[in-house]
Amino acid sequence: MFLGLDYETWWFLVVGALFSGYAILDGFDFGAGAWHLFFKTEKDRRIALNAVGPVWDGNEVWLVIGGGALFAGFPVFYATLFSSLYIPFKLFLVFLIFRAIAIEFRSKEESLLWRKSWDISYSVSSIALAFLLGVVLGNILQGIAIGDKYLYQGSGFFEFLGFYPVIVGLTTLALFMMHGAIYLLLKTEGELHQQITKLLKYGMIAFIVLYSITTLYSLIYYPHLSDKFKSYPVLFAIPFVAILSMANIPRLAAKKSYLNAFIFSSLTISMLLVLVAVELYPDLLISSIAPKYSLNIFNSASSKGSLEIMLIITAIGIPLVAAYTFFVYKTFWGKVKLDENSY
Amino acid sequence: MFSAVWIVVANSWQQTPAGFKIVGEGFHARAEITDFWAMVFNPSSVERLLHVWFGAFLSGAFLVLSVHAYYLLKDRHIELSKKAMKIALSIATVFSLAQLFVGHLSAEGVAKNQPAKLAAFEGHYKSEGAADLYLFGWVDDENEKVFGPKIPGGLSFLLHSDFKSPVKGLDSFAKKDRPSQVNAIFQFYHLMVALGMSMIGLSLLSCFEMFRGRFFENKLLLKILVVSSLMPQLANQFGWFAAEMGRQPWVVYGLLRTSNAFSESVSASQILFSIILFAIIYSFLFILFIYMMNKKIQNGPEDMSDVDDRPHTKEISNVLVGE
Repeated sequence: MFLGLDYETWWFLVVGALFSGYAILDGFDFGAGAWHLFFKTEKDRRIALNAVGPVWDGNEVWLVIGGGALFAGFPVFYATLFSSLYIPFKLFLVFLIFRAIAIEFRSKEESLLWRKSWDISYSVSSIALAFLLGVVLGNILQGIAIGDKYLYQGSGFFEFLGFYPVIVGLTTLALFMMHGAIYLLLKTEGELHQQITKLLKYGMIAFIVLYSITTLYSLIYYPHLSDKFKSYPVLFAIPFVAILSMANIPRLAAKKSYLNAFIFSSLTISMLLVLVAVELYPDLLISSIAPKYSLNIFNSASSKGSLEIMLIITAIGIPLVAAYTFFVYKTFWGKVKLDENSY
Repeated sequence: MFSAVWIVVANSWQQTPAGFKIVGEGFHARAEITDFWAMVFNPSSVERLLHVWFGAFLSGAFLVLSVHAYYLLKDRHIELSKKAMKIALSIATVFSLAQLFVGHLSAEGVAKNQPAKLAAFEGHYKSEGAADLYLFGWVDDENEKVFGPKIPGGLSFLLHSDFKSPVKGLDSFAKKDRPSQVNAIFQFYHLMVALGMSMIGLSLLSCFEMFRGRFFENKLLLKILVVSSLMPQLANQFGWFAAEMGRQPWVVYGLLRTSNAFSESVSASQILFSIILFAIIYSFLFILFIYMMNKKIQNGPEDMSDVDDRPHTKEISNVLVGE
């Protein structure tokens, strides 16, 4: 116990906070990348790329820390999740690689074919990554066929692509594209800026439509996801705040107050993850075979000793990462100007 | 250097686990931490970390030697290359010698903590009598014999400073507790040692030539240095192969067998799919890397006054910004 909460719950909060940070940060650069092929001129594409250029790798540090925290805190969950969803995670890794090299290599050659190929690689990877994150989340929400000894009982290469995971995947993609468009508006000027204001509208509409479908589908087909709200009505505050926050985005975008819109799209992402966390807690991975096979924060946690030591390390580490992140954004604040060191 | 610390510590714990107790039985048995520092400074951490660090320093030093030897042969960037090579040669000399020392410490540790692994490194089967040291050879694991030139009692001498002391051989272990690929482990280990010795030889020869004032004119030596950047890379790879294959059949030495550690819910076809996929991707990345690296080397720094600048990037982006 630490400050009235057990270590497992602390770790649930730590992992949740890290993934929420990751979704906000890598979310906007995946989203910006997803729009990339909509920009037609070489200069526009370079500006869009340089808007995320200095920060995308720092954003992905949050994935490494989140994954590390998950591994340290809940090794059984980590192992079961990665083995059960082996194919989507392998694909995720492939797209991470192709996205990273596209950003780094694109400007190293002048040939048009070279640049076009890396543009496609960058944009397709960004779309696929956002989608796959949502697919994994959809599988977690829906429950996975885990049997005895944490063994995955599913079969087939594409079993992870069920209807519900696909819908959650598309919703995540739309959310990130909306979030990314707002970020690009903060970093661009002139005609490109005008074009992105139009794109943002499509992004917002797509997100709201898909989010409504996901919500209805969850309420009808996966009642276990809303159990807790029936027993503790006070929890309705969370979806309420989430919806207020979403509604605020188009309002602020119409007022051209993009920094505030970005804050609210970030808040939307974290409120949706809080919603997921509340729906799951204390479970982590629900077995679709039998509840006794489900993983929760207690049967999948590390030993008390590890949790205690790691919590101290995290308490030192997270402020460092947060400070680094803050410093990078401060340095690259404002509209993108291309110079000799640009991507 | 700091990320190497935690990677090597984790791997060293797999070689020589410490600072834990086993809790639970059967399927639910697991190692729980009892002493963080005992775990971090487990018996093999320090020498293995130094070995990895020095291997990385050597990779850097020989890459610099290689690129600048190439420039000298092409008569480009003469002044810069001479300066850079002096620095890189000092690093290569110091650390190739230091690597020999640390490598020896590490081997002594392996002999003490993982005797089956050391026996596989050296193709050493018989626990009784003096242990021979093979310079190179071929291991016939079936008949437990090694063919090749050897120093009688050499292994005994290296480990115990005495040509007659016995060294624990593979015959002290049941077949199921021995690494299965003894010949491969023997070859990787001996190749690593041979490459390490060659790096020492090459560094010392270069120093000698430098001392005699003939180094920068010695075309043959410069040509050898151009390809020498492969040596530390290969030595690092072979060393890891030997270390990891030599630990088999254990994933955590003496505690957890590799055959009990793999993930049963991932099917063989999925594994095959991902191995082929990543083989293709990494080959592609390797070609891309060679292409980019070559381009960067060919472009080179413009002249001495411009060394710290990045003239090449400037050229391209000027073209671009001007559209």
